[in-house]
Amino acid sequence: MYDKGKVIVGLVVFLGFATFPFYNNIGKKSAVPEPNLKTPVIEQMVVKKCIEPKEIMRGEHMQILNQWRDTVVREGERKKMTIGGVEIDTSLQKGCLHCHSNKKKFCDACHNYLSVKPYCWDCHFDPKERDV
Amino acid sequence: MLDKAISGSRTYWAWLGFLGLISAAGFVAYLFQFNYGLGLTGMSRDVTWGFYIAQFTFLVGVAASAVMLVIPYYLHDYKKFGKVVILGEFLAVSAVSMCILFIFVDLGQPMRVMNVVLHPTPNSVMFWDMIVLSGYLALNIVIGWHTLHAEKKGVAPSPWVKPLIYLSIPWAVSIHTVTAFLYAGIPGRHLWLTAIMAARFLASAFAAGPALLIILCLIVRNVSKFDPGKEPIQTLGKIVTYAMTANVFFFLLEVFTAFYSGIPGHQHSLEYLFFGLDGYSRLVPWMWTAAALAIVSLVLLIMPGLKKNEDILAIACGTVFVSTWIDKGMGLVVGGFIPNPMERVTEYTPTFPEVLITIGIWAIGFLILTVLYKVAISVREELAGN
Amino acid sequence: MSMQRRDFLKLLGLSTLVGGTGGGAVFNVLKPGELEASTAKFKSTSGRTWAMVVDVRKFTPDQYGKCIKACHREHNVPDFGNPKDEIKWTWTDDFEHTFPGQGHEFMDEALESLPFLLMCNHCEKPACVRVCPTQATFKRASDGIVVMDPHRCIGCRFCMAACPFGARSFNWRDPRKGGFPMVGDKPVIPNPEYPTRTKGVVEKCTFCPERLVLGKEPACVEATEGSGALVFGNLEDPHSEVREVLGTHYTIQRKPELGTNPRVFYVIGG
Repeated sequence: MYDKGKVIVGLVVFLGFATFPFYNNIGKKSAVPEPNLKTPVIEQMVVKKCIEPKEIMRGEHMQILNQWRDTVVREGERKKMTIGGVEIDTSLQKGCLHCHSNKKKFCDACHNYLSVKPYCWDCHFDPKERDV
Repeated sequence: MLDKAISGSRTYWAWLGFLGLISAAGFVAYLFQFNYGLGLTGMSRDVTWGFYIAQFTFLVGVAASAVMLVIPYYLHDYKKFGKVVILGEFLAVSAVSMCILFIFVDLGQPMRVMNVVLHPTPNSVMFWDMIVLSGYLALNIVIGWHTLHAEKKGVAPSPWVKPLIYLSIPWAVSIHTVTAFLYAGIPGRHLWLTAIMAARFLASAFAAGPALLIILCLIVRNVSKFDPGKEPIQTLGKIVTYAMTANVFFFLLEVFTAFYSGIPGHQHSLEYLFFGLDGYSRLVPWMWTAAALAIVSLVLLIMPGLKKNEDILAIACGTVFVSTWIDKGMGLVVGGFIPNPMERVTEYTPTFPEVLITIGIWAIGFLILTVLYKVAISVREELAGN
Repeated sequence: MSMQRRDFLKLLGLSTLVGGTGGGAVFNVLKPGELEASTAKFKSTSGRTWAMVVDVRKFTPDQYGKCIKACHREHNVPDFGNPKDEIKWTWTDDFEHTFPGQGHEFMDEALESLPFLLMCNHCEKPACVRVCPTQATFKRASDGIVVMDPHRCIGCRFCMAACPFGARSFNWRDPRKGGFPMVGDKPVIPNPEYPTRTKGVVEKCTFCPERLVLGKEPACVEATEGSGALVFGNLEDPHSEVREVLGTHYTIQRKPELGTNPRVFYVIGG
């Protein structure tokens, strides 16, 4: 084998870089976020529930939002839904955030923890932070 | 075979380093554009495509011109092109790569580029352009690499390459036809709305591409032990002559229709390009330069005997290249946007970052070209040595 | 030989007229508008095709500004204060530039200097939709409106090259950075109920689907309410106000020769 030494050094350096995030974080533990559900609208709900069970919402809210945006923007269907006695629109701003009017403590809590940066807010607005 | 690319002379590495530096500068400029948006360029609401799309349009032609070597060699059994056909194919690879990069940097939302595949839209010419360009890139990589590999081993290329080579001929025509259709199918842009657009594109492509190839052949002969030979270069010179003549002829057809018919809309863009419109005349010196260079090139190419001298041929090819680059790049793209649909004039000049990004992409293109040519030439030198 | 429907109706009308009973109803069928409506080829799935008539005779000088302001406020259209970054959904221009090639040197000077309100024409056969590689701009099957889906737009600007009316604008930079007046480090967004756009996407007049769904008229039409300067309505309904105006006035479209068939019409005189 040619350049055996160089190859091995190169491999070691590469592995060092590639695994840096892992050994850099060993032993460190950040607090698992607890999305806050206490908002004026949710507090007043007859039955406290979302459009889907918690587990589905947690895993698939982005797909649901994608679906909504297609039905609203592309098919022009802006249906209203009644969830737990609260009427909402098929809309991020006028739907989700109508109840979850605390973006910082609800959306951002998890998104920051997972370091995802949804580009929704490049265009859409979060209502004034309202929680209890 | 790729190992040939990582063993070279000091000059080779210096050249690669130089190209690498320029493309790095272009990349940094692109990061600025990525953050700020395309507002960093000179484009506006009225001139929505500029320097990037101009390069793209021109380079699609350069890419398509490989077919001018493939047809004589594979269809007419013109053996003398055997040595240069690989250079044409690798030039096509480099040119299409630049095309794809130019489209990419021109996108407002580059991260969403896969939407074109995710939501395929057959009624959009751009969708087809994406298909034919990526197909052409793949064809030329596969064909070029495989035939070179076979040559290195001293065996005949595998039988499955032949159909691909034949397919690459209409495919080359298609990439430039489809690119012309981007423009020629748009209502309300008089400079573009012309049936001869695709033909004109092909003519200028078959002039500019082989002209560049001649220059490259001459450079290759100087910097390596591989000599493409006198005769293929002269034959390429003939191709450039015919194509450039057709190109200028087609352009004059446009001028006739616009000015003899007297229809104002058909004249506005040409007036803007060559004389200025409503007092705006930023492109006028460029267009007359292109016209002058075209005339010079035709004289040098057509006058009997002149192009036998390779120095004169090189000059003629340089003039063809620059002339078509101006005419088909900025002239065609920016000219089409002026005047705007309300018949008002907004002018366009590329900004510094825009030019830097453009030069950066050209540097990447030449980097790809250098590496591919290095491989091809090393294989040839090795064979000659044995 | 079978009898054509039209001929049959004529005959029926004649016979009932002579007979005297039910003549009125049949006579109505023969009114030009009705027959036209029944034969016009609308493709909408909802029975509605929206259209606009701009009646320049009824515009007062201050109304243009009001329309533009209403539209641009409603949709958070940014203003960068320079022509290079300019974004506009609706704007004005004079006759010569609105209808290029249709004026002449001896034309009525008053008309020549009159401003015309310009916006997306919501063409029947839009060139922008034809060229879009991602269907980010598309024609709504329900009502023929040409809409933008800014989520999908890749910013290639092919639609801007294709639109023969200059109706489209591009976000050359982030509208929230420099497109709105600032208070501290925060932009003041006129209408927080409506999103802004992001850098790198195309936008244009949409005929306000977000208002139509609530039964409201587009923002510009509301701004001229009561004056009749802008008439908005359903082309497929022969009794709608748009059809009424179109059927009784000489109206023109921008660049009809291109075959896109604009759904914005102009009453210019008479």
